[in-house]
Amino acid sequence: MPTYLTAQLNLTFSLKTKVAKLTKPLTLAEKVWNDHLVVKGEDGAPDLLYIDLHLVHEVTSPQAFDGLRLAGRKVRRPDLTIATEDHNTPTLDIDKPIADVTSRTQIEALRKNAQEFGIRIHSLGDIEQGIVHVVGPQLGLTMPGITVVCGDSHTSTHGAFGALAMGIGTSEVEHVLATQTLPLTPFKTMAINVDGKLRPGVSAKDIILAVIAKIGTGGGQGYVLEYRGSAIEDLSIEARMTICNMSIEAGARAGMVAPDEKTFEYLKGRPHAPEGADWLAAVEYWRTLPTDVGAKFDAEVFLDANTLDPFVTWGTNPGQGVSLNERVPDPETIGDPNERAAAERALEYMDLRAGTKMKDIKVDTVFLGSCTNSRIEDLRAAAEIIRGQTKADGLRMLVVPGSARVRLQAEAEGLDQVFKDFGAEWRFAGCSMCLGMNPDQLAPGERAASTSNRNFEGRQGKGARTHLVSPLVAAATAIRGTLSAVADLIAEHEAN
Amino acid sequence: MQKFTTFSAVAAPLRRSNVDTDQIIPAVYLKRITKTGFEDALFASWRNDPEFVLNQPAYKKAEVLIAGPDFGTGSSREHAVWALRDYGFKAVLSAKFADIFRGNAGKQGLVAGQITEEATEALWAAIEANPGVQITIDLEAKTASIGGLVVPFEIDEYTRWRLIEGLDDIGLTLRDEQSITDFEAKRESWRPKTLPARP
Ligand code: SF4
Repeated sequence: MPTYLTAQLNLTFSLKTKVAKLTKPLTLAEKVWNDHLVVKGEDGAPDLLYIDLHLVHEVTSPQAFDGLRLAGRKVRRPDLTIATEDHNTPTLDIDKPIADVTSRTQIEALRKNAQEFGIRIHSLGDIEQGIVHVVGPQLGLTMPGITVVCGDSHTSTHGAFGALAMGIGTSEVEHVLATQTLPLTPFKTMAINVDGKLRPGVSAKDIILAVIAKIGTGGGQGYVLEYRGSAIEDLSIEARMTICNMSIEAGARAGMVAPDEKTFEYLKGRPHAPEGADWLAAVEYWRTLPTDVGAKFDAEVFLDANTLDPFVTWGTNPGQGVSLNERVPDPETIGDPNERAAAERALEYMDLRAGTKMKDIKVDTVFLGSCTNSRIEDLRAAAEIIRGQTKADGLRMLVVPGSARVRLQAEAEGLDQVFKDFGAEWRFAGCSMCLGMNPDQLAPGERAASTSNRNFEGRQGKGARTHLVSPLVAAATAIRGTLSAVADLIAEHEAN
Repeated sequence: MQKFTTFSAVAAPLRRSNVDTDQIIPAVYLKRITKTGFEDALFASWRNDPEFVLNQPAYKKAEVLIAGPDFGTGSSREHAVWALRDYGFKAVLSAKFADIFRGNAGKQGLVAGQITEEATEALWAAIEANPGVQITIDLEAKTASIGGLVVPFEIDEYTRWRLIEGLDDIGLTLRDEQSITDFEAKRESWRPKTLPARP
């Protein structure tokens, strides 16, 4: 390189560092927030933030659209809005009319509203239909440094790209539709540092279950979490989505991971990813987003990835989890009286006895799906384990891809056949048994190992019992019939 | 949202305290997909009772409700306010409101005015002495009056200002519409756009 160029480069470099030194070091979340300020709130009033992308589904939107109609308002930016059907959609016989009246009404309302207000919609049967949090990233609409909202708490998923992504209520949905902005009060920041290397059979789901068990379901309240450290950097983008997805289960406003080369790689060439000069400009900006050296977080948490085991829940909230090698905890040993009472209630609902080995717990159903774990990598990981194996007697396994595209991709790779040969049911895309708004429900008293994100009482069906697990644990459990790690299969194999 | 300063209408006395949102609108009505049309759901479990105040001819057209203390407690459902509004109520007066209900009311343009228990009794007595009598709600002066009886009510200043200006949350934000438009003009071209759908 000619000397004058090097000199000039050095000059620009030192100028840049000077500017950086003069400004206060910022976290990723703060940068995204600042770049979306439309009006700075004064005297404790909330800031008005611009929203780059608004995702819509059938459950939380009808009254928002009705509100617009009532006030004679329009959708300000239909071109920043996209709708998909997911919560109520059946995963079988998708060409037949939906039997349940409430489900059908909500879906019909969404179709009508999308048409009336000029919003792009991906309906059941469409190739881009699927769970809203799978569809956005897959289209390349979710990008680093943008703001994303949706009337759905698991919008935090999109934070995996370095976006500020938040779930909102129905009146806020209406507000965003009408103004493309949202008044928001500033948040606090929490660094979740995960360093080290995950052992085989341990995955992103185990990290997030361990984090929630550590900080509790209210531990993230008022915070935006930033997952960082070598273990997070090592994860694929889809695995980062699994982690960010469950930020809400720790009570957080959002969860984020700084964008890096993997993020850019994942996005490049997707249908809505920027192209040409736009792509170059975007990447240049995206590289400025990671948290500055010296930036202060309001709180920090540390987790050692080297020693992490597969994690699984025993109770009725996502914070009630333990390593799969442990036993059902004894409420007597819990100091906090509220938590002790909650644990007692949970054990009763879950029909579990303190001291039982987690691995001795027998399950009736394995559900592989939901916006936490229904992407192609999740299906590949599970298929890899069950390939050529036999399903445990009497156990039912449901595999529900996150989107129609994921389903097609899996079929192109022959994964559907692996699941079918194993004896699992291969379904159409949607939320399905994650919340049982469609016919995919557990019977009262039935017990499931589920790759979803909520083990609340009755979530998967009235009286149903849920253990949250990773796709790897789900697969191993489907083979053995009891909650199992991949390592248990290998141990068994060697013993024989 | 309509601007609200002063108006006169029939007042109905609801001689009950602790009217929670389940009584205002039972949960079965929450499955609907509209934000209006909840008039039939208002006080649904009492509406079959011919003695119930709203079933009496004098109060059929009531637009102001005078209720006992602790009105709107229980679940946070916005539907409670929608049901009152859809039935035709423009104001509710009570000695005490649940916070969330009061917040929701302000957002939907329903006046939730706090009066004393004595004032409640006085208004009830004035109405029952003359069923179907008109009450005047003056939001500027923060008073409710029936003939010569004038009682003051309280409402927080911010909500009062919004009601007088006729601003809902969205209306409030749209006062900054120019800032939004300016922001949009600077928005980088690489940022996501959902239309047109690219294959
Ligand atoms: S998959 Fe489950 S958690 Fe995700 S959006 Fe659907 S219902 Fe919500």
